[in-house]
Amino acid sequence: MDEADRYKKLGLMVGLELHQQLNTSRKLYCHCPTVIRDEDPHGGFVRRLRPTQSEMGAVDPAALFEFQQHKRFYYEYYNDTTCLVEADEEPPHNLCEDAIDISLTMTNFLDSVPVDEIHPMRKIVIDGSNTTGFQRTCIVATGGKVLVGEKVIGIQTICLEEDAARKMDEDDKKNMRIYRLDRLGIPLIEIATAPDIRTPEEAQETALVLGRLLRSTGKVKRGLGTIRQDVNVSISGGAIIEIKGFQQLDMLAELVELEAQRQEKLLEIQSILVERGITIDFITDKAYDVSEIFAKTEANVLKRALKSGGVVFAAKLPGFAGLVGREVQPDRRLGTELSDYAKFWGRVGGIFHTDELPRYGITDIEVTNLRKHVGASDQDAVVIVAALKEECEDALHAVLERAREAVKGVPAETRTPLPDGTTKYARPRPGAERMYPETDVRPVKITDSWLKRIKKAMPETLAEKERRFVKELGLSADLAGQMANSLNLDLFEYVLSQMEVSPTLVAVTLENTLVSMQRDGIPIENIKDAQLLEVFETVTKSEMSSEALPEILTFLANNPSAAIQEALSKTGLGKIETEDIEKIIRSIVEDRLDFVRERGEAAVGGLMGVAMNELRGKADGKLVKELLTSEVKRVLDQ
Amino acid sequence: MSLDGSGYSGLVLEKLSAAGVKIGDTITIRHDGEEHNGVLMPRAQIGSDPDHIVVKLATGYNFGIRLTNDSEVILAKKGRTSKRTASKGVSAQSKDLPAVSILSTGGTIASKVDYRTGAVNPALTAQDLYDTVPELKDHADVRAKVLMSVFSEDIRPSDWTKMARAVASEIKQGTNGVIIAHGTDTLGFTSAALSFALQNLPIPVVLVGSQRSSDRPSSDAAMNLILATDFVGRADAAEVMLVMHGETDDSFAYAHRGTRVRKSHTSRRDAFQSINSYPLFRIESSSITEMNPPLLRRDSKRILKLKPKFEEKVAIVKTYPGFSHDVIDHLVNHEYRGIVIEGTGLGHAPKSLQSSVKRAVENDIVVAMTSQCISGRVDMDVYRTGVELLELGVVACEDMLTETAFVKLSWLLANMKTTKKVTAGLVETISGEIEMRSEMAEYSTPAEEA
Repeated sequence: MDEADRYKKLGLMVGLELHQQLNTSRKLYCHCPTVIRDEDPHGGFVRRLRPTQSEMGAVDPAALFEFQQHKRFYYEYYNDTTCLVEADEEPPHNLCEDAIDISLTMTNFLDSVPVDEIHPMRKIVIDGSNTTGFQRTCIVATGGKVLVGEKVIGIQTICLEEDAARKMDEDDKKNMRIYRLDRLGIPLIEIATAPDIRTPEEAQETALVLGRLLRSTGKVKRGLGTIRQDVNVSISGGAIIEIKGFQQLDMLAELVELEAQRQEKLLEIQSILVERGITIDFITDKAYDVSEIFAKTEANVLKRALKSGGVVFAAKLPGFAGLVGREVQPDRRLGTELSDYAKFWGRVGGIFHTDELPRYGITDIEVTNLRKHVGASDQDAVVIVAALKEECEDALHAVLERAREAVKGVPAETRTPLPDGTTKYARPRPGAERMYPETDVRPVKITDSWLKRIKKAMPETLAEKERRFVKELGLSADLAGQMANSLNLDLFEYVLSQMEVSPTLVAVTLENTLVSMQRDGIPIENIKDAQLLEVFETVTKSEMSSEALPEILTFLANNPSAAIQEALSKTGLGKIETEDIEKIIRSIVEDRLDFVRERGEAAVGGLMGVAMNELRGKADGKLVKELLTSEVKRVLDQ
Repeated sequence: MSLDGSGYSGLVLEKLSAAGVKIGDTITIRHDGEEHNGVLMPRAQIGSDPDHIVVKLATGYNFGIRLTNDSEVILAKKGRTSKRTASKGVSAQSKDLPAVSILSTGGTIASKVDYRTGAVNPALTAQDLYDTVPELKDHADVRAKVLMSVFSEDIRPSDWTKMARAVASEIKQGTNGVIIAHGTDTLGFTSAALSFALQNLPIPVVLVGSQRSSDRPSSDAAMNLILATDFVGRADAAEVMLVMHGETDDSFAYAHRGTRVRKSHTSRRDAFQSINSYPLFRIESSSITEMNPPLLRRDSKRILKLKPKFEEKVAIVKTYPGFSHDVIDHLVNHEYRGIVIEGTGLGHAPKSLQSSVKRAVENDIVVAMTSQCISGRVDMDVYRTGVELLELGVVACEDMLTETAFVKLSWLLANMKTTKKVTAGLVETISGEIEMRSEMAEYSTPAEEA
């Protein structure tokens, strides 16, 4: 409860936007397959996107900035899996009905209210990730709730959107960003929760529950990058920070925790600045040319910049001494945040600040001269940057802007998640989203008969499945959970629907045996579903023992063209008649009469290993034990 | 905004009228125990419907609500009336920039979105143009005028007359180049029409359009317009041309000869192609490259000959297997003065047509032949059917586009005194529309391009 109390005190509020790719046969607005590809694209083309005058100021300022920098976008395409729609050379086709079906299924799961008519909208996005300059999105349902443990988390909307193009590279020299069209247009369902989440764990739990419900539809894509979250985090006195495109579900709690911590630390810095009497008016937009101080510097970064026609510029941060070096997240300081701004707006490699100097080849004397030059007192910090003059000016302008925000508290930003759960500045949070109707596509009426059809065909949720696996199939709780969440779930249910076979055997084979075989480097991908089915059938018909499964499967994996009969005969693992087993057991016992007499009936334990080894999976353990026990008894009775 | 033209009808319109709401008002709708709040949107652009009302949520999303007799519509808050700032006349910007006149005829080469209602409003003045394409200021001293606001498919020959006169008047007032913004569907027809109507041009006249409307960030409108502006302001050419994207990339545009260009794709940016000919110029943001010589060079002293009249009683008829002669009979009976037959192959038509064609010619109707092959030249001497049609008086239009032949016939009929002169004029090259040499590279197959 301490945890919860701490976040309550902080006023933590979290909302999630879960984006899940749907596994439909076509894209949302065209008839291309939903395939991501790695091979070389078939061609490409260059485009620009422009905000129109009426959007200036309201459009994402970072994208506007990029437009002004004459940013161009290169789009890679495949002839056979992308078409003119993705290339923005043909109007969109009508909405994919399968995708609407899946959204309506989720609507039922979440007690949401479907709209009567779906109206596709265009949401202006000019970072190049959409060839059109907008993302098509539409509301399918509003309201609803999801139960996370004991707690009810509200659902705000269920939307259907097109996924964006895949960013492949950034060519700074040509000022060009490279995208691939394969992902553009894949249907995404977006589920937005209310900001009802109060702890990092709750955030992770919510994502988990929603993810499972989505998978319950059986029609979502699986694997890396197919589910992404936008996480909105705020604490009292802080700001709403939108962390975009987070993919590591198991780290969501940590991400939220670290963001809460960042905002907390930034507020601490703010209160120190206030204590020191600093207001935003203290931070003037003045940049000093300090190239001369570093004319003979040994610091490589500075030397290189000066040599290639650049300059060293400095800016004073009044009252910031000791604060720039303060950690706000593990290994990320206020200085890092300043540096992110400099990199983005000034296109520079980074900055130096006096909290970390002398260091990096910059000497004590240089620092003293620097402080003197800009008139910095002990309480002030100084930031320097080395690059072309214009870049230095843009970079320091951005640094000073960010410093002013530090006096105000936490700036509202969109941030990019980093692998360790920390985040970095991506861009300012865009204002109210600019949306207007997608007039190239007809609205879609959701009729009562459509809703009825969906209701009738509601799938079992994974949670329900898990309970049923325990209750009706006799799986252990662990195995049931594993199976319900497995990629092999469909196969598992298919096998059981085809034959009378032990559910536990199938589950163990799919979830444990095959997994450990793969770990050992056996190419299990060579085993076809039909072969698996055959193997289970053979076990069911008692033509081989379940103990032989790993070896048979290994053989099939290594000999993909082999039939199961061949596998059985080549491995010698076909089951043998009870009579023959009796013979082998008799000889084993007779060879070890002394041991049997010495141990009495307890000898069965020791001989079991010998027998199983000799029979190598050709017989069931249970049967072997039975026969061995009666043989030992028989010998002892003699 | 009232409810006129809002796209609502039937029950929805009744309920809305009864509640006294207008487009842009915030309304509350109650039915089935649910309550929705939002701003009332029009639905004219997305298809009229008597049952569904469209509202915009605070998040910007629209969605439709089905009304029943029991639904309640309540006016919650009157909407702001959107003010379209009256734009001022724009005067000369900089002395070094060429003077360029931009005449708009409709289409959405420059338009603004009203995010409140989703309506797309065309840019009506130079100020609007500058607002939507601010860079224009750096390319020319622009004078903008709205001639008409017509969908390109609704343009009539009388509109060509209006455009030709407007261009002449701009030239009279002294301009370095004229641009006509026009919807793309019939852009090729208009460019041919102006090529005939504006003879002896002193300056370039360029038609420009866009395949992606200008309300989208990916629109080709701004690039086409900027490159066209650069081009008419500076290029050393004086004829009617069409400037559009040269390829799917936002890289360069081509200037095509007005009589030689055709819309060859329904939706691509590079839909316009020179047929049986080559583009004249390649236009990039930093350079204009001449690929083939223009008919005339720029010469401000040259005196324009304006011949803006067109005959409307001209038809295009495309033949096909089973084509019946009564289509031709109908045109003769209705006193058409010219017929362009888009025949098959080298310029053929079913034998069953011959008596009708004969009757047409006897009625002083000019009958011309082009080919539905699109590429290549008609030659009616090769097969007997062709020869027979020629003997009946059909005019073979060489390598002229069907659309251009149609426009030319319409223009000749309005400007020549005798049928004989019209017939003679059809096969005479007036504005680069016919060339007697067909070159290898004018036609290419995917195999050659690869």
